[in-house]
Amino acid sequence: MDTQNSTSEPEAKSGPTLLSRIRDFFIDVFDVFSFIGRFFKEAFAPPYELRELIKQTWEVGVRSLLLITVTGFIVGLIFTKQSRPSLVQFGATSWIPSLVSIAIMRALAPLVTALISAGRVGSSIGAEIGSMRVTEQIDAMEVSGTHPFKYLVCVRTLATTISLPILAIYNGLIAMLGGYLNVAVNEGTSFSTYIQQFFQPLSFIDFEASIIKSIVFGFTIGIVGSYKGWNSSSGTAGVGKAANSAVVTAMFLVFIEEVIIVQMTGWFR
Amino acid sequence: MEDHKSAIDYNDKVISIKGLKKSFGDYHVLRGIDLDLYKKENLVVLGRSGTGKSVLIKIISGLLKADEGQVDVLGTDVTSITPRDLMELRRRIGFSFQNSALYDSMTVRKNLEFPLVRNQKNLRRKEIDEMVERVLEAVGLKQTINQMPSELSGGQRKRIGIARTLILRPEIMLYDEPTAGLDPITSMEINNLINRVQERFNTSSIIITHDLTCAKATGDRVAMLLDGQFQRQGTFDEVFASNDERVKQFYDYNFIN
Repeated sequence: MDTQNSTSEPEAKSGPTLLSRIRDFFIDVFDVFSFIGRFFKEAFAPPYELRELIKQTWEVGVRSLLLITVTGFIVGLIFTKQSRPSLVQFGATSWIPSLVSIAIMRALAPLVTALISAGRVGSSIGAEIGSMRVTEQIDAMEVSGTHPFKYLVCVRTLATTISLPILAIYNGLIAMLGGYLNVAVNEGTSFSTYIQQFFQPLSFIDFEASIIKSIVFGFTIGIVGSYKGWNSSSGTAGVGKAANSAVVTAMFLVFIEEVIIVQMTGWFR
Repeated sequence: MEDHKSAIDYNDKVISIKGLKKSFGDYHVLRGIDLDLYKKENLVVLGRSGTGKSVLIKIISGLLKADEGQVDVLGTDVTSITPRDLMELRRRIGFSFQNSALYDSMTVRKNLEFPLVRNQKNLRRKEIDEMVERVLEAVGLKQTINQMPSELSGGQRKRIGIARTLILRPEIMLYDEPTAGLDPITSMEINNLINRVQERFNTSSIIITHDLTCAKATGDRVAMLLDGQFQRQGTFDEVFASNDERVKQFYDYNFIN
């Protein structure tokens, strides 16, 4: 113990050096890629946890439904309401459904769904796995000859990857209804006309890009939540930190991915 | 205890450890320890908190990697084992955690079924139910089958944790502080359970504790871990007959005669 004190004391006084920070950063990056690599290695190899996958997909999907419905409706309603004054100036109110559809289907629906899920599902995955880590439940699974990584990480990450595209499409459709409420009140447009105008500017690539984007977002939320929980430090503070960090990191990555995917989609448009 | 001692097979080592070293940074926890566990023996590892007792059994079960040394468990060296072989080996080892480590999102029944259905794929529902009931009966908690872990007392959680390890019929049991945080009466119940498990399931056990009552009640042999090495080994009375001040101090501060 004396040796430990004498060597750690100078570092404690001066704090970590730039070199040690760079080294730690690359170790972290390596850990993340190892974790993702392990996911792909274990997720598609038997034994499969189908029952648990269905249960978790149900949890992620159904439990987020109310929140997705409310936010989707409000986003559609507010976006339409805020866009109206600009279009009224040009006498282009008939473009509102097209504008709303492009904004919602291409960007808002996947993004809003991902951000809500990062907050609700990502934090819960981080906290759940983190608390299992600190209470030795993961160790208990390992010593009983089972596969905790597959059961906890692979299943939850697959569940968010499957659920997000479905939730994003649902969110988009609800936002469409929110937009319709505003259009119907102001212009008295019929629902069938609104629907026709809503879908007219959309191409297959818009749906394809949104679904691919949601799959990437879903994977990110699941893997980040799992990684943070899996590597959480001991104690209740560690669990809280894991949950918080899961949300912040997932949201940050979702925005980065949004930019990259939008850029890449532009090449195919 | 004497009757039980005659059943120990001193020609059959189920665990054999040689020159085991483990450090965390600059802190040398285990400094080259040697240890044997014989078939049907209850070995108690005593020591103060932070002396590496739990580290020792985590290395035996493959949860931690040794820095140096050889750790033969049921004829396999866990320091050089493949992940697949480690999974196989772990099915033959039961690990009872200090805080029970029950899966808190599952009922007692699901906790017990979890290792079973994942290790024995071809079991029918009736067989699973029978095995679950058998281990619950062995720990005397049949009535808790549909309860959640949060509804159980500390002692009950410990017993369910032991039942969960027993369901795979392990050959070796590793107990990490089985009586920590329990009142004296519940502690004695756990000590009796450890002895009953040994008799009924013919297990060999390592019991990690700093509770001398537990050590005396369960141990056929006691090994005292001090400064990263086993300083004393033998029966409880032999170990504490020592003139070593650290051993005396441990006895004086912990044991009420």
